[in-house]
Amino acid sequence: MSSTLGKKLLMALTGLFLVIFLVVHLSGNLQLLLNDEGRAFNVYAKFMTTNPLIKTTSFILYATFIIHIVWAIMLTVNNKKSRPVGYAKVSGSNSTWSSRNMGILGTIIFIFLVIHLKNFWYVMHWGPVEMVKYDGVEYKDLYATVDVAFSQLWYVVLYVVAMLGLMFHLFHGFASAFQTLGLNHVKYNPVIKFVGAAFAIIVPAMFAAIPVIIYFKNL
Amino acid sequence: MKITLKVWRQKNAQDKGGFKTYQLDDVSPDMSFLEMFDVLNEQILKKGEDPVHFDHDCREGICGTCSMYINGKPHGPKQTTTCQLHMRSFSDGDTIVVEPWRAQAFPVVKDLVVNRSSFDRVIQAGGYVSVNTGGVPDANEIPIPKKIADEAFDSATCIGCGACVAACKNASAMLFVSAKVSQLAMLPQGQVERKTRVEKMVAQMDEEGFGACSNTGACSAECPKEISLENIARLNREYLKAKSSSDNV
Repeated sequence: MSSTLGKKLLMALTGLFLVIFLVVHLSGNLQLLLNDEGRAFNVYAKFMTTNPLIKTTSFILYATFIIHIVWAIMLTVNNKKSRPVGYAKVSGSNSTWSSRNMGILGTIIFIFLVIHLKNFWYVMHWGPVEMVKYDGVEYKDLYATVDVAFSQLWYVVLYVVAMLGLMFHLFHGFASAFQTLGLNHVKYNPVIKFVGAAFAIIVPAMFAAIPVIIYFKNL
Repeated sequence: MKITLKVWRQKNAQDKGGFKTYQLDDVSPDMSFLEMFDVLNEQILKKGEDPVHFDHDCREGICGTCSMYINGKPHGPKQTTTCQLHMRSFSDGDTIVVEPWRAQAFPVVKDLVVNRSSFDRVIQAGGYVSVNTGGVPDANEIPIPKKIADEAFDSATCIGCGACVAACKNASAMLFVSAKVSQLAMLPQGQVERKTRVEKMVAQMDEEGFGACSNTGACSAECPKEISLENIARLNREYLKAKSSSDNV
């Protein structure tokens, strides 16, 4: 695990776990678009923060994020050391832009992640958040917090930019993870490539659509 | 053809180095890139200056010695070696930037000459098959499917030129190491040392200071022998298998 191959293996495994997380997160977020004043979303948010199984998984998720970020920094530092003197002229025609700039794309996503966690994750856990009652049971009204945040133009713009970053990050990362795991086969390569490209476009686009729709709804 | 050359000049490994511009007024489009450099050096020698040092040997596209990073690409605009690149690939009046391979593991010796012994040390770490002496085995005694033999041969066509390292944004040697591991991992003769080989070669690769693989594919796109990325996936597989099951602790 200390070798460059071991480190990359860890990046691939954590990356694919985060891909699964994106699907779960998106399916939860889509409930924001239901016309029920946020009831389904608030019930879901409570479930996600109180269910013991989900709570355990969330700690694995935090660890996954940290490993993916820390190992990326370690690899990048090592990679930079591998070429102390750079070229005066470099042609980029031999590879895709996103494959060469995963670190920059990752940094965009990371900056977004910090703001995003502070606005919603922190508020949900430690407040301040308003309470709402459904059938006599109290729920934190996270929907109201989201609604306020998504009414601010700067936040919606930040969200969309970050999702664009995520799109290009996934565009390379998804298929690249399989290559690092050693899964390269004539029969499955087109499938991995197609699913990776479709995932990279559809998932971030759906994420980005939510704040945009809510913003225009609240105008 | 009129050509302007911006060439990296560096006296020795310690020197900081820098670009020097040269003007060539009568370049034939049929010259190879190296022949154009021979003309340049004659011109420099006539002035009594130090000629540009560059590596070359067979000039037939076989040996991989002619390392030059031309206009942002190893071996220039064509996917071939520098000796097989011809001046017709450029236009009259072009400015061409020529640099040495850039990598921690390939230190500059002088001008465009770099020391690629790190590749030799990777091979010495395990890129061989130990042969016990004895009678010569009969031909075709060990049956190998044609498809496997072809694949192993494709991997074995790697000439160790270092274009993959030069092209990679991380100066990673993964394509080279993966080709050398693959050619033996696919054949029966390579089975005995299979696990130890990949462990030792990867360890040596890291030791030499090559970077990690970002799967950009630039290496394969620039490889004059068109070594495919399948080799890198195979190396990842071989390494994972070896690390999880070999007896070396």
